[in-house]
Amino acid sequence: MDDELTKIPAVPVQSFFKRWLTVLGPFLGLALVIIAFSILTGSPEKYLSPFNIRIVLSQTVIVAISSIGMTMIIISGGIDLSVGSVIALAGVVTALCVNAGLDPIFAVCAGVAAGGVVGLFNGLAITGLRVVPFIATLGTLGIARGIAKWIAGQEPVNVGSTWINELVVTFPDPPWLVLSVGVWIAIILAVVMAVVLRRTVFGRRVFALGSNEAAARACGIATGKLRIWIYTLAGLFFGLAGVMQMSRLRQGDPTVAAGSELDIIAAVVIGGGSLNGGQGTILGSIIGALIMAFLRNGCQQMGWANYVQEIIIGSIIVAAVAIDQFRTRDTR
Amino acid sequence: MTILNLREIKKHFGATTALNGVDLDLQKGEVHALIGENGAGKSTLMNVLFGALRPDGGTMTLNGRAYAPGNTLDSRMSGISLIHQELLLAPHMSAAENILMGNEPRRFGWLDRGAMNTQARKVLDSFDHPEIDPEAKVGSLSIAAQQIVEICRAIAARSEIILMDEPTSSLPRDDVRRLFAQIRRLSAEGISIIYISHFLEEIREVADTFTVLRDGKSVASGKIADVSDDYLISNMVGRSVEKLFPAREHPKDAETVLDVIELSAPPRLKSASFELKRGEILGIAGLMGSGRSELVRALFCIETAVSGSIILNGKTIHATNGSPAARIRQGVGYLSEDRKTEGLALALSIGDNLTMTRYSACSRYGWLNLGKQSDQAEKLIDDVGIKAQDAAQKVAALSGGNQQKVAIARLIYQDADVLLLDEPTRGIDIGSKAQVYRTIAECAEKGKAVLLISSYLPELFGMCDRLAVMSRGRLTAARPISDWTPESAMRAAIGGNETQTAN
Repeated sequence: MDDELTKIPAVPVQSFFKRWLTVLGPFLGLALVIIAFSILTGSPEKYLSPFNIRIVLSQTVIVAISSIGMTMIIISGGIDLSVGSVIALAGVVTALCVNAGLDPIFAVCAGVAAGGVVGLFNGLAITGLRVVPFIATLGTLGIARGIAKWIAGQEPVNVGSTWINELVVTFPDPPWLVLSVGVWIAIILAVVMAVVLRRTVFGRRVFALGSNEAAARACGIATGKLRIWIYTLAGLFFGLAGVMQMSRLRQGDPTVAAGSELDIIAAVVIGGGSLNGGQGTILGSIIGALIMAFLRNGCQQMGWANYVQEIIIGSIIVAAVAIDQFRTRDTR
Repeated sequence: MTILNLREIKKHFGATTALNGVDLDLQKGEVHALIGENGAGKSTLMNVLFGALRPDGGTMTLNGRAYAPGNTLDSRMSGISLIHQELLLAPHMSAAENILMGNEPRRFGWLDRGAMNTQARKVLDSFDHPEIDPEAKVGSLSIAAQQIVEICRAIAARSEIILMDEPTSSLPRDDVRRLFAQIRRLSAEGISIIYISHFLEEIREVADTFTVLRDGKSVASGKIADVSDDYLISNMVGRSVEKLFPAREHPKDAETVLDVIELSAPPRLKSASFELKRGEILGIAGLMGSGRSELVRALFCIETAVSGSIILNGKTIHATNGSPAARIRQGVGYLSEDRKTEGLALALSIGDNLTMTRYSACSRYGWLNLGKQSDQAEKLIDDVGIKAQDAAQKVAALSGGNQQKVAIARLIYQDADVLLLDEPTRGIDIGSKAQVYRTIAECAEKGKAVLLISSYLPELFGMCDRLAVMSRGRLTAARPISDWTPESAMRAAIGGNETQTAN
C-alpha cells in the first residue's frame, strides 16, 4: 500500500565534467607546470632530461614521504604543524646514533621512532587533553625543535660516511636502480598507504572520522584511539622524512626544514585534500608535491629569485582550492 | 511482549537533575512516542539508552536481562540503534560503508569490499530500496535516500529497538510521509521504535503508545488513541494551555507599508505580488521548495531578484540590487528559517546577538557602552520570556526554543517596521511556541507589518489576517483568512490536479 510513498527521488548525478576534474585535476596541473617551463626555459630537452628529472625526484622525496602521513591526518579532519620540527629532530637523532657507533639500520630506526614518539604525543594531547590539533601540534612544533637543538648542542651534527648518506643521491649505486633508494622507498610507501587507506578497515575509519566524527562515534568506532594511531603512524612517516633530510645534508641539522610544514600541507591541499576532513588521496598529494618541486626547479633554471617561486606557489595553492570549491559546489 | 523496561532512571549533571525517575515499558513491534518540552529530559534519556551516558540510578531491563551499556558499541551490539535529529552519515563515503560503519566485514584487518557491498545490497533490497546503489557516495544522495541509508544501518546491526530523535525536523513533507511508511514497515517486522517529536499530529499518525516526560519525570503514559491532544499538552506543560494563539483584532483600512509587484528570482521564485499593511499579519503557505523562502530572501537581498518592483512606505526601492544592510536601514527585519547556520552567532552572548543589527543604539563613536547593551538586552530577555541566566550567557547554551526567542527579540531591538519571518516556530517546544506567537501578535499590535511563512497550517490559520499560497514559484492573490480553509490552502499549494514531486 505504501509503494508510492516508499519510492525515493532519483539520485542527482554529478556532471561528467566535474567528476573528471576531480580525478584529473592534479595531473592537469602537473602537466601544465611541466609544459610551461619546457617552453619558458627554451630547452625542453634539458628541463625534461633524465638528469633533471632525477634531481627533481630526489628533491621531492622529503616532502613526498611527509605528505603521505599528512594526507592521512588531513583526511581524518586533523592537521599537524610539527612536521618541520620532527624532520629536524629525527635527523639529529639519526646522526647522533650513527656517531655513537650504532649500526646504521638502528640509527635509521631510532630516527623514525623519534618521529613516532612525537606523533604519539600529539595524538595523546589531542584526545586526552582535548587540545585542538592546530594548537597541540603548534606546541610540539616548538617542543620538538627545542629538543633537536638541545641534543644537538645547538649546532649541526656531522656524520661519518655510511650508506645512509647515499639514500637520496642523484645517481644511485648500483646504476640499474635508475632512481635513488629514497625515491623507491617513497614510491613503495605511497602505494602501500594508498592501498591501506582504500582497502583496510583502519583506512576507511580514517575517512569516517574525518567525514563525520559524530557518525563514527555513534557507530561504535573508538575515535580517540583511532586518532592516536593516526598521529603516531604519521609521525613515523615524518621521522623517515627526517632520515632522508639528514641523508641529503650528510649532517643532522637541528634548524633544518623550518616552515616545511606549510609545503607539505600545501601538497596535500593541491592534491585534493580538504582541511574539513573526509577527502584526500595519497596519489593526489604526491602529485601536489611534484608540482611544487617542478615549479621550484623550473624557477631555478630560469634564474628567477626565490620570491618569484613563493608568489607562484602561493597563487597555485589558492587556485587549487578555488577549483576544488567550484567542483564541489552544487553536488548536493 | 515487553522488550525494554525502565524503572526509576535518574541522571544528574552536577547540581542539575536531568532525569528524576523515568519509567517506560516498550512492547515488541510498537511505536512508542516520547513527548515533552525541550529540557524535559528526552535527549538525556535517549543517550542513557544508547550508552552515551550512564544513569546514576534506576534499572534497565532488555529482553528480561539487566541492560547497562558502557558505550555506544555495547548498545549497538545489544540491538539498540539511534537515528539522530541530524543525519549521522559520512557524506564522503559510500552507502555500503555507511550502512556497515563500525561493523565492517573484514579479513585480517583488510576490508572485504565485495562482502560489504553484498551485505548492504541485501539490507537495501530487504527494505525494498534496490534503487539505492551501495557504492554511491552518500553526499550525492537525496535527503530521503540518506535517511533510508541511516535506517538500513540500524537494520544491518540487527537492531530490535530503534531510537528516533526528532527525525522529521529537517525533512520536507513528502519525505516525512516516506519516513512514516518506513516506520510502519519496521514495526510490522517486529522492530520497536521510540519516537521523539514535538508534533502531536505526527505522533498521532505514527505512534501506538506514548510516555510524557516533564522535568525529568515520566508523568503520563498509555495508548495514544485513548487520549486527547489537550490531555497530552497539559501533561507536557504541567498546566492546561487554554489557548495557543493570542486573540487579535483584524486591522481595518490600514495604510500599505510594503507593496511588492511581480518580484522574481529564478529558478525558484517566478512571480510574487502582494501588499502588506500596517498592523497586519500576512501568511504565506506553500510546500518546502515552492519558493516561499526565496521570496523573503529576495526581498531581503540575500538572493538576487531579477525583475519586479518594491514600494516601501510609498517610496520605490531597489528590487534587483541592494544588500541586507540597506534593507535593515530601510526598516526591514528578516528571520531565517535556519537559526543555527544563518540566524544566530551561537558562540556569542545573548546580549551580542540581540544588539548586533543595531549597535548604534548602545554605542557612541564606535565604542560600545557595555552597561547599556546589557541593560537593553536584559529588558528584552524579560519582555520575550527568554529562559536564560543573564545577557552574558552564550546562545549555544540555550534550548532551541529560547534560541528562537533570541532571534525574534533581535528584530524587535532592530525596531524593524516590516518583519519577514520564515518558519519562526520550527522545531521548538509548545511553551516557546506560545511565547513566540504572543510576541508576533504584540509586534502587529504596535503597528508593524508581519509576513509569516509557515509549513504548519494551524499556525497560519491561528495567526494571520490574510493568507496567500506559494505554488511552484508563483504566489496566489492574498485573501482574508476567513476565505480559506486548510483544504483549499493545501490544494492551492500542491497546484490542483498535478501531482507534486519533491526535490
